[in-house]
Amino acid sequence: MTSYIIRRILMGVIIIFLVTVMVFLFIRLLPGDPLTIYLNKTDMQQLTEEQLFELRVKFGLEKTLPAQYIDWLGGLFTGDFGRSIYYDIDVGLLVRERLPVTLYLGALAFIISGVLGLSFGVICALRRGTWIDTLVTLLANIGITMPSFWVGIILIYLLAVKAGWLPVSGFTSPFTDFWKSTRQIIMPVTCLALFPIASLTRLTRSSMLEVIQQDYIRTAWSKGLRERLIISRHTIKNALIPVVTVIGLQVAFIFGGSVLIETVFNINGIGRLMTQAVQNQDYLIVQAGTLIIAIMVVLSNLTVDISYGWLDPRIRYD
Amino acid sequence: MPPLLSVYNLKTYFHTYRGLVKAVDGVSFDINEKEIVGVVGESGCGKSVSMLSVLQLISSPPGEIVDGKVIFEGQDLLQYQPKGETMSSIRGARIAMIFQEPMTSLNPVLTIGRQLTEGLEVHLSMNPQSARERVVELLRLVGIPDAKGRLDAYPHQFSGGMRQRVMIAMALSCNPRILIADEPTTAVDVTTQAQLLELMQDMVVRFKTSLVIVTHNLGVVARYAERIYVMYSGRIVESGLADDIFLNPLHPYTIGLLKCVPQLGETRKERKLVPIQGLPPNLINMPSSCAFLPRCDRARDICRQKPWPSLELIEGQHYVACFRDGPETP
Repeated sequence: MTSYIIRRILMGVIIIFLVTVMVFLFIRLLPGDPLTIYLNKTDMQQLTEEQLFELRVKFGLEKTLPAQYIDWLGGLFTGDFGRSIYYDIDVGLLVRERLPVTLYLGALAFIISGVLGLSFGVICALRRGTWIDTLVTLLANIGITMPSFWVGIILIYLLAVKAGWLPVSGFTSPFTDFWKSTRQIIMPVTCLALFPIASLTRLTRSSMLEVIQQDYIRTAWSKGLRERLIISRHTIKNALIPVVTVIGLQVAFIFGGSVLIETVFNINGIGRLMTQAVQNQDYLIVQAGTLIIAIMVVLSNLTVDISYGWLDPRIRYD
Repeated sequence: MPPLLSVYNLKTYFHTYRGLVKAVDGVSFDINEKEIVGVVGESGCGKSVSMLSVLQLISSPPGEIVDGKVIFEGQDLLQYQPKGETMSSIRGARIAMIFQEPMTSLNPVLTIGRQLTEGLEVHLSMNPQSARERVVELLRLVGIPDAKGRLDAYPHQFSGGMRQRVMIAMALSCNPRILIADEPTTAVDVTTQAQLLELMQDMVVRFKTSLVIVTHNLGVVARYAERIYVMYSGRIVESGLADDIFLNPLHPYTIGLLKCVPQLGETRKERKLVPIQGLPPNLINMPSSCAFLPRCDRARDICRQKPWPSLELIEGQHYVACFRDGPETP
């Protein structure tokens, strides 16, 4: 078990390394020069060649690509993410400021989707063929087909603009004003959680229905156990095995979704920071953001693989 | 003394997309105390479904018990809800069951100990500690070596025969009055088969339990059963004491079955194994005449004209559902 985890962590490190190389290269392959955007912004067209070169030196852009990469990687080990070209401040500072917002929204969406998705799925399977199953399955099918940003826009139009119940956009820390913060995050969290809820509901339902037909469930009935015990002890753990894989994938989905949702709802999280950074060709922010997402995904996959062992004793790690 | 379990005119139908399948169509049988009864028939003849219907373990939909009575200890079990409290208090505690597939009949994610103790905790209100002690004792009884150490093992760490021993221990744990073994030895090799049957016989004698062996293997019932029911296409076609069936079989189907069984000491010249020609009938849209008619080598005009005859007493406890050598024209 321990050697398996160590092996998986080493593989994760390699994956993250490859991701950093690719992102580093691809963002630089895009046409354009980050300095021109920076200069347009500061409206200093009349810089001399020498001054321009000084700026390049300031952001380390005069070096060769491998040298730039090694500079960046070396900095990472000392906790230095480099300096943003566009904002002209430390990337580490920006990330520290923006990441908690995304994590807060993402964690809420993750927990809500897990709780609701699993409960809906179990209820549908147990009440198969009844009106509640039909209704929830229909809603789940609608849920997985609707793009989250589109739902976001519709929600803003209906709940904020038309009805005026919720603020249109923005984000406030729950520590400064909890009530205002909660009202602001209802719509973005709903959008982030919608697809995960829908897909988890569908998967849990079909997985439960499959397990309910197994021979060992009939054995459990033949022992004279009551339905509640059969569901909680004999069915759910078996049904969770395929569901856990998807729960792990939801981490990646929610992080990816935050890029869109934070833009729609004007929330200053890491997702919005990254979209803007791509537009501004702010290399180091894109690199830092991608690195963080890659680490999250690798960690969630590792958690999924380890939790298999807890769910299914037939899985061995050696 | 009335029988321990009496099933009257049981009908279990399955509603499928291709039509109504009358898997069990008017089956009646009795199980007496401390008796070993064999139920024999080909795959799909309704023997398993009959037994599952007794405990209302038919999944519904598509299955439905449409008619009949299951009288156990003076009460009709079919009047109770399949998922209700009364049925649960009878299953496992009063009537227990062993299934065909030992590989899939145990829950893969729960330990053997957990799966064995839960019945005791539910039916006999044992605390976990004394339930575990009782389970260790049971596992020793069914011949699991190192019973105590194996309690925390999972089903995949046991062989097929060992799992079936675990199933036997599980079924007997609450000391039921009737043990229904649904093809308990089909999925294991011949040596293990014999060991398991001996074990079951020992156990039911020790626990004073009645045993119903459902099988397609006549050799199994010949050795252990005191009474035998022969089923064909959802009905009982012949029943009687083991001697009646083996020494004086009357239904062409029973005769055919016996011709397929090799006997020890017979040389090849003396007798050939004769398979029954044809296939079991499709249970959808059955004709009203005898279901065995298309395969019967003694079919006569009356068989084609009249509906399937009901069971008729020949002598003693020997019943058969066949026109046999009765008058040719009605």
